[in-house]
Formats: sequence, structure tokens, C-alpha cells
Amino acid sequence: MTDVLNRPATTGTGHANFGRLMTGEWTKLRTVRSTVYSFAALIVSVIGFTALFTFLTVQQWSQMNAGDRAQAQLDPVPQILGSGLFLGQLAICVLGVLVATSEYSTGMIRSTLLASPHRLRTLAAKCVVFTIPVLVVGEVLSFASYSIGKAILSSKIHTSLSDPHVTRAVVGEGLYLGVLGLFALAIGQLIRHTAGAITTVIALVLVLVPLAGLLPGSIGKHVSAYLPTNAGQQIMQIFPKDQILTAWQGFGVFALWTAVLLALASWLLVRQDA
Amino acid sequence: MIKADALTKRYGDRLAVDHAQFTVEPGRVTGFLGPNGAGKSTTMRMILGLDRPTHGTVTVNGVRYDRLASPLREVGALLDAKAIHGGRTAYNHLAVLAKANGIPSRRVDEVIDLVGLHDVARKRSRGFSLGMGQRLGIAGALLGDPGLLMFDEPVNGLDPEGIIWIRNLMKALAAEGRAVFVSSHLMSEMALTADHLLVIGRGRILADQPMAQFIAQHSLSYVRVASPQIGELAPRLAAKGWRVEQRPDYSVHVHGASPSQIGDVAGESGLWLHELTLVQSSLEEAFMRLTADSVEYHAGMPGTPGSPAAATVQAEQQQPGQQQQQPVPGWGEPLSNGNPLSNGKAGRR
Repeated sequence: MTDVLNRPATTGTGHANFGRLMTGEWTKLRTVRSTVYSFAALIVSVIGFTALFTFLTVQQWSQMNAGDRAQAQLDPVPQILGSGLFLGQLAICVLGVLVATSEYSTGMIRSTLLASPHRLRTLAAKCVVFTIPVLVVGEVLSFASYSIGKAILSSKIHTSLSDPHVTRAVVGEGLYLGVLGLFALAIGQLIRHTAGAITTVIALVLVLVPLAGLLPGSIGKHVSAYLPTNAGQQIMQIFPKDQILTAWQGFGVFALWTAVLLALASWLLVRQDA
Repeated sequence: MIKADALTKRYGDRLAVDHAQFTVEPGRVTGFLGPNGAGKSTTMRMILGLDRPTHGTVTVNGVRYDRLASPLREVGALLDAKAIHGGRTAYNHLAVLAKANGIPSRRVDEVIDLVGLHDVARKRSRGFSLGMGQRLGIAGALLGDPGLLMFDEPVNGLDPEGIIWIRNLMKALAAEGRAVFVSSHLMSEMALTADHLLVIGRGRILADQPMAQFIAQHSLSYVRVASPQIGELAPRLAAKGWRVEQRPDYSVHVHGASPSQIGDVAGESGLWLHELTLVQSSLEEAFMRLTADSVEYHAGMPGTPGSPAAATVQAEQQQPGQQQQQPVPGWGEPLSNGNPLSNGKAGRR
């Protein structure tokens, strides 16, 4: 053993710059099973639920009343995109939380901070490396689910990418998923506890929305509109109902929520003991 | 290589580390010794930038840890074996650290071979035994071939073979000119490993000196003399100016003389000697004496003999052949000593 120690060091000369931190974070992401499982769950649920919903719509066509039918024919895109996304987005929420909290639950944070003690840079690298695959998969998935939904509905409802705002909505779904992943990562980094963070994110994404819908009057509508995921989903609307926020305004609000949470998480990360 | 300057850490109203001032030099193993809760881990975490000091500074190679350009190339640390994601393989865990610091992949294979994890490198670390986990942590510490190595209680939970392996590793690393900083609460282990001693108690540095000097300064030694003519021998020894302490049996303890001097006195007077033994107190007793007042967490029991001095005297009062265990300051009477709580079985409390 001693003679191995005496061999000249083969450790190179690189510094822990941002590029290398990203490489490290990418290695982290691709060497755990939860990454693959989460993306698999996302793909299966988005495609699956889109196909299911559009198939059921076609099946139920004769039982639907005229008003509903007209609505469906006029504005099919949010239904196509939203049906798959509604539950599928949870897969990204869980992965985003895990990327942050698994460091604390496994104790890996100590190794991470020993290798890269520049905390802001490390968190930034983690965010970039996580968001890129989510965006890529999200966009591909968005176009795929739109195509599948369009194909299934084609006998009753016509829609196409060349229709006004449709391309923006489909591209927007991928962007929405990207920001959602970061949103979940920020909450995970703030709470530092897997179960607590996942519960919080699911509450914000799935529970808060119908609760806010119970608030009365104009105040209720405004609060509802500015909730992070409600605002974010405006980008997938073709004819937004209440027009409190336009498509890009809504997406901007969601991005702002995420940026504020990330800033808070960064500040705490730098200030707190590991 | 490590310089701590008035390093202080306060948690609320509790002072975990109190104005610690010390330097850790290369080329030797520096043992960081203290009872549980003394502040060893907190100090190490502050050196590594995991915790922020309340006051004071600590630098590694002249800069704060988070200013190091390539931290793993300058400092390698094993804080605990559990800073690992169980779902990741050993190889991938090291690959993550290597890539973050621009260390080539072949170095990962090198350190895996170095610590003997070659056969399990592609297995998920969840299934590793404690020893394997420790070795993986050591591999991570050695990854960047650093000049400073820090180990926080590395022998905890290891089997004897593992303990010897780590001890030899640390000595070899120090012999190469690296600085090795190892913390422990096992005094006996430190005595075999460390060249320099840093003792901490209740957050305060109590000693900072070479190992041999520490033992010499803080230990007691005496010569145990047994003779059938002890009644005649003892006054002759006392007449030489040495302190002679009567024992319950036919022996005395002589302080301040060497065995050869006592043998000469006996020989000159034609007296028989049945026992002439130099008893040197160990690092363990020296350490107990020094930190007796600093033990943070006492598991006290009613009617406990308190001080380590009492423990030492009691030890000296043992008849040869009696297997009495010493009461330990703060921990009370061992259960096997006829303690009323004992049910007659010896063993762990």
C-alpha cells in the first residue's frame, strides 16, 4: 500500500470552476435511479393521460351537449395539453425536490460542500444541469402529446400548429415544466427535508388552486390568477377566460415566484451551517 | 497548514468552541483529543467551511476553505462514513467528486485500488459495511492527493484489522510530508498514532505539545517495591529523600527514584527484593486527569466517586490478582464491581 502512495500524483491541475461544477452535478444526476424513474413517470403519465382523455372525449361525443361540443371544438389545445400535464407535472415536482433534498437526507451535502465550497456556484450549477434535461424532455413530450391528442381527436375536432397561438402553447408547456422543476428545486432547498418539501410542492400545485377558487369575488379571482402554477399555465391557454394575466405575463409571474424562492434559498444556503 | 486564530463557535448560549488557537504542521500526525462534546467535530467543520465561526478565523494553507481554487487537491477530509448517497455506486460517488475538481478518472481507479474496494466499486454503496463505507470516505479524501488530511474519529466502529490499517495509513501519509489531523476520543489509539497532541475540553484547548512531552508532563510514575524485609527497606529508601508510600500488602510505592537506584539501596543493605516494577501512567490516565473537569456529558449515578484522582488512588489500591475495574469520572461505578444495580453479569452498560 505504501508504494502506491509514493507514486507521483496523477491528479491534473484543474480548478473547481463553473464548468467542472456542472460536470460534477450532471454526474450526480445521471448516476441515481430516481432521475430515470421520474422522467419515465413523466413521459408515461403525460402521454397516457393525454391519450386517455382525448379518447374518452371522442367516445363521449354523442352524449355531450351542444355547448360543450362547441367549446371543445373552439379551444381544444388547453384540454389536450392540460390533461396529460395535470398529474404528469408531479413527476417533475418530485425530481426537483429530490435533486435538492437528497443531499441532506443522505448526508451527501457534506461531500458536496467539501468538493465545491463555493455555495452559490454549486447551487447555480445544480439548477442549470437539472433544468436543461427537463426543458429538452418537456419540449419533446409537449409536441408528442399534442400530436397524439390531435390525431385521436381528428375525427371530431380539428386543430393544427398553424392555428393562432397553438405553437406558443405547445412550446409553452415545455417551458412551464422547466420552470416548475426549478420551483420544486427551490422549495426542496428551502425546506431541506424530502417528505416536507414534496408535500409542500404538491400542496402548492394541486391543492392551493381549487382552494383559491373558493375565494369570493374579484379578490378571489386575482389571488387565483397570481398563484404560481395558475399563472404559469396561462402560457398554454389560447383564449384565456378572465384575462387578468396574458399568456406571457402569467408565465413571467411564475418565473418571478421561482426566482424569488431561489434567491431566498441561495441566501439561506450561504448563511446557514451545512 | 491549518491556522486557527481565536476560533469561536456559539450555539445560542452554549459555547461549543472557545477562542481556540492552534497550528497544525505538516510531516506529522496531530491528534485532536477530547471527550465527547468537547468541540472536536465543530472545530473540524469550521476548518472545512461547513460551519461559520461566530468569531475568529481559521485558514488552510493561508486561505479560508471556501477560497481554495481546487479544494480536494489541498485538503482531503473524512468526517463521517455516511456522507454518501446509498443509491450511487462507489465508483460514481468518487467520480462526482473528481469531476467537480477536474481530477481525471484514472485517479478514481487508483484510489479505489488503494483502499481495497476494487471488487465492490460498481456496487451501490447502500450495501456497504461500516468498514467499507469508511474506506470509501478515505478514498474520497485521498482523491486529490492533498497535502492536508483530516479524519474525524476514523476508527469508530472498525474491527481491529481496520484500525491497524488506518493507523498505518495515517503514519505513512505523515511520513510523506503531509499534514495529518485526526480527532478521537480514544486515548489509547492516539498514543499509538499521533506525534503531536492537541487536547480540547469544553471548547477550550487544554494542551498543544509533542506527544512525549505531554506524557512526561502529565503522567505519574512510581516504582513498586515488594520485599519480605520491607520494614527495614522502607526507612532506608525514605532516608534517600524519596517519597515512600505504604501499601496494604508488603509493598511500597516509591516516587522520584528509578528501579536501579532502589535496587542498589537494597543490595547495599543485603535485603531481599521480591518485586521491583516501574509503573508508568499511560496517556489515558494523563488525559483523564487533564480533562476531568471538562467532560461535557456526565452519565451520573447516585453515590458516584467523582474525581479521576480518586480513580487513580483506587487503582493503586488494587490487590494484585483482583480484577476490579476502575470507576470512570462522570460514568460512575462499573456494574460488575458489586454495584447494587448490577445483576451479577459483567458487560456493557
